[in-house]
Amino acid sequence: MTLRIYAIAYLVFLYAPIILLPLFAFNDATIIAFPLSGFTTEWFQQLMTTQALHRAAQNSLFIAVLTALLSTILGVCAARAGAMYDFPLKRGILGLVMIPLVLPEIIVAVSLLVVAVQIFDVGLSNWTVIAAHVLICTPFSIAILNGAFQNLDPAMEEAAMDLGESRWSAFRLVTLPLVMPGIIASMLIAFTISLDEFIIAFFLTGANPTMPVYIWGLLRFPASLPVVMALGTILVALSIALLTCAELLRRRGMARVGLKDKGGFI
Amino acid sequence: MVSPPLIYVLLMLAFPMGAIILFSFWTQEFMTLDTTFTLANYREIWEKPIFAALLQRSLFVSGCVTLVTVILAFPVAYFVSFHVAPERKSLWLFLITIPFWTSYLIRVFLWKVILGYNGVVNTGLIKIGLIDEPLTFILYNVNAVIITLAHAFAPFAILPIFVALEKIDRSLLEASQDLGESKFTTFFRVTLPLAMPGVVAAVLIVFIPTIGDYVTPELMGGAGGKLVANMIQTQFLALNNAPLGAALAIVAMICVTAISLLFVFLNRRWLRGRS
Amino acid sequence: MTGLIQLNGVNKYYGDYHALRDIDLTINEGEFFSLLGPSGCGKTTLLRTIAGFEGVSGGVVMIGGRDMAGVPANQRPTNMVFQSYAIFPHLTVAENVAFGLRKRPDIDKSTAVDAALDMVGLSGFGHRVAHALSGGQRQRVALARALILKPQVLLLDEPLSALDKKMREQMQVELMRLQRHIGITFILVTHDQEEALVMSDRIAVMFDGKIGQMDDPETLYRRPKTRLVAEFIGKMNFLDAMVKDADITVDVQGLGTCVIAPEQAPSGVTLGAGAVGIRPETLAILFDGETTDRETIQGTVAEVVYYGDMTYYDVTIAGIATPLNIAMKNLIGRPVLDVGDATTVVWDARSLVLLPAAA
Repeated sequence: MTLRIYAIAYLVFLYAPIILLPLFAFNDATIIAFPLSGFTTEWFQQLMTTQALHRAAQNSLFIAVLTALLSTILGVCAARAGAMYDFPLKRGILGLVMIPLVLPEIIVAVSLLVVAVQIFDVGLSNWTVIAAHVLICTPFSIAILNGAFQNLDPAMEEAAMDLGESRWSAFRLVTLPLVMPGIIASMLIAFTISLDEFIIAFFLTGANPTMPVYIWGLLRFPASLPVVMALGTILVALSIALLTCAELLRRRGMARVGLKDKGGFI
Repeated sequence: MVSPPLIYVLLMLAFPMGAIILFSFWTQEFMTLDTTFTLANYREIWEKPIFAALLQRSLFVSGCVTLVTVILAFPVAYFVSFHVAPERKSLWLFLITIPFWTSYLIRVFLWKVILGYNGVVNTGLIKIGLIDEPLTFILYNVNAVIITLAHAFAPFAILPIFVALEKIDRSLLEASQDLGESKFTTFFRVTLPLAMPGVVAAVLIVFIPTIGDYVTPELMGGAGGKLVANMIQTQFLALNNAPLGAALAIVAMICVTAISLLFVFLNRRWLRGRS
Repeated sequence: MTGLIQLNGVNKYYGDYHALRDIDLTINEGEFFSLLGPSGCGKTTLLRTIAGFEGVSGGVVMIGGRDMAGVPANQRPTNMVFQSYAIFPHLTVAENVAFGLRKRPDIDKSTAVDAALDMVGLSGFGHRVAHALSGGQRQRVALARALILKPQVLLLDEPLSALDKKMREQMQVELMRLQRHIGITFILVTHDQEEALVMSDRIAVMFDGKIGQMDDPETLYRRPKTRLVAEFIGKMNFLDAMVKDADITVDVQGLGTCVIAPEQAPSGVTLGAGAVGIRPETLAILFDGETTDRETIQGTVAEVVYYGDMTYYDVTIAGIATPLNIAMKNLIGRPVLDVGDATTVVWDARSLVLLPAAA
């Protein structure tokens, strides 16, 4: 019982900052502090008219969509290889691919910065951010897709080939439908990570900032803080919606292959 | 099949890492890069006390964050694994992971609102009469950095421990009690050793990345709470001394890796010593 | 005579591991053939080389007179029932059964599916979701799915190992009936000797990637060629023996001198040290009031294992190192002996099998 109370207290600790967000987003005061004064939607209206924000949002969406696609494609390759085939150095290679998960992000950021600017002199743009985001999102994609692929019986594709299908059509007719929920979940997660990522984007972003980089700029001006709260509220709501979709899809995928659900992502 | 992700990682990680190591042996004056091989950057890090102090503080903060995060996380992972009905486990995990995925920058900033001079904690404590003056030791120092990072990395610690606990065959616990151990001693003789791989994973997955965070110290740390990542960032983006920044990043990586390996090694010895 | 399936000198390596060693094998049309052996003996690998999932490192696989080298699984006239059944969980039963018909416009889908489901006793199950089926039902779906394509050969990879004992025995009978009904060749992989004996026309017993003996079930049981085969199939007592002449006069440890018929020496006759095998049910205990005109010998009961319909005794006999295992039916009037009881054991030279000496 004490354990349950502790766990609930812990959840409160986890959610404390997020609960504050909408409070201040609708608060009719320019200072972010208690006590609250009154209700307003002014900060949301300001969001509508800020051109720089819209550009940042477009940038971030572009980056996040491409990151989601690319990291999921790489994730499918790795997860399928890991679940279905044996090859030399398998553990080592699969471990190496997961390394960006534990690497300090600043290391990823500065090393890619050096390569892009000093060695190849390609200049910073959305593409440098995408390259880095794919690198850090791929391990998450692999982790999610591993779940989908490991539940697959390798005999399943063989059965399809035994029944006359080619290697590719066996994959398309049998494996793909079974892992589809995992693929969509992976894309949603990668999209969410990329949309929210700041540490690397700050180093690698080009002339047009991404959304978090833009927010970072706003944080320095106290007058713009209520707008940040409003923006944050929208982003949090969006993230929760996306994550809920991803989770529901993951569960549907498990149910489709008739498995009992045993845990969440990763 | 595995080659596309492997090639990508090699291209985007191994190659840049090599580049940055090479870079750390060069020097830079304003915008001109001098590519003669030199240990000057490392010498500077070794000789100027500011770098050692920053590194020390960074490792201390990462260590504290890891300790706090893992100790706070273990009971939650234990609760979800052992006391939550199977069909509700994924809901709990989902609730635990959600805050982790949502706007990192704004979350950090909100801790400032919670811990600040006119923040939630202070106004709350004054209202219920526990204190007269706002507390000042909870913002713009190392404490604030630790609290915020412990919050940010919580799911990272809970998930691996949860996975390890889930793998424990429940009949082992019954066997232990059948052989005369109490519930309490069973926890220490069976559950904890078997959960150790998860704890080790949690420690590494929190300890290593926290060293690279510069947002939290920047927003929460005040003047005395800056860490090595802030210095790396400054060298690269403000001072245009990328080689020194690179050397600093490498030194930080080496320290973290060495401590992690030592931890894994000590843990193995401890587990072997027990069995 | 050339068989439907012919393997000549087939070898298979996985790196340094020699999984199949010089396999020569002919399987006839309409035959129920089993590959029997302990796990890791190469029987599944052999089945998969016939199916086309594994290439061979050397040798030839022919099906229907055609060399199968380079022919992928989806173009061979074989279909397989997988050990895990590999039922597609996202499809219904009917969709699973119809899976292979996509490239066979010559077969009318719905009638074929109905007929196939009817054949395996699953009429009316077509709309069910595949993952809601029981083990036995999955097995039937897998069968229907493979048979609907009218293969020349049906390959079965341990199809009954996931079922409980009752279900397994029922499916054994059904599979035999099915094979007789449609008349195509079945190749079954199993580690269960009883299953192989019950179902097969012929059995190949495999050890370490080699075929140890290939015969019909009765020959295999009565006249095993090696101790390994004899031990793997049923129980057998082994006694040291000395072959004295070419007429197979043998000195058997503890039993004395006797003559063994030539057909009871399947691996040939070598003068000198050898061994004989005796099945437990060909020995008997002489109970009070029973008489015999066969050979007898005195012993002491060392162990009693009661099975209900049968009792297995271990009987110690002077001059024999290991007690003899004897199986007795518990007929009316026969008591169950106790450990330590003195007893008379009946034996007959006709049931002895001459084997090579223990290695």
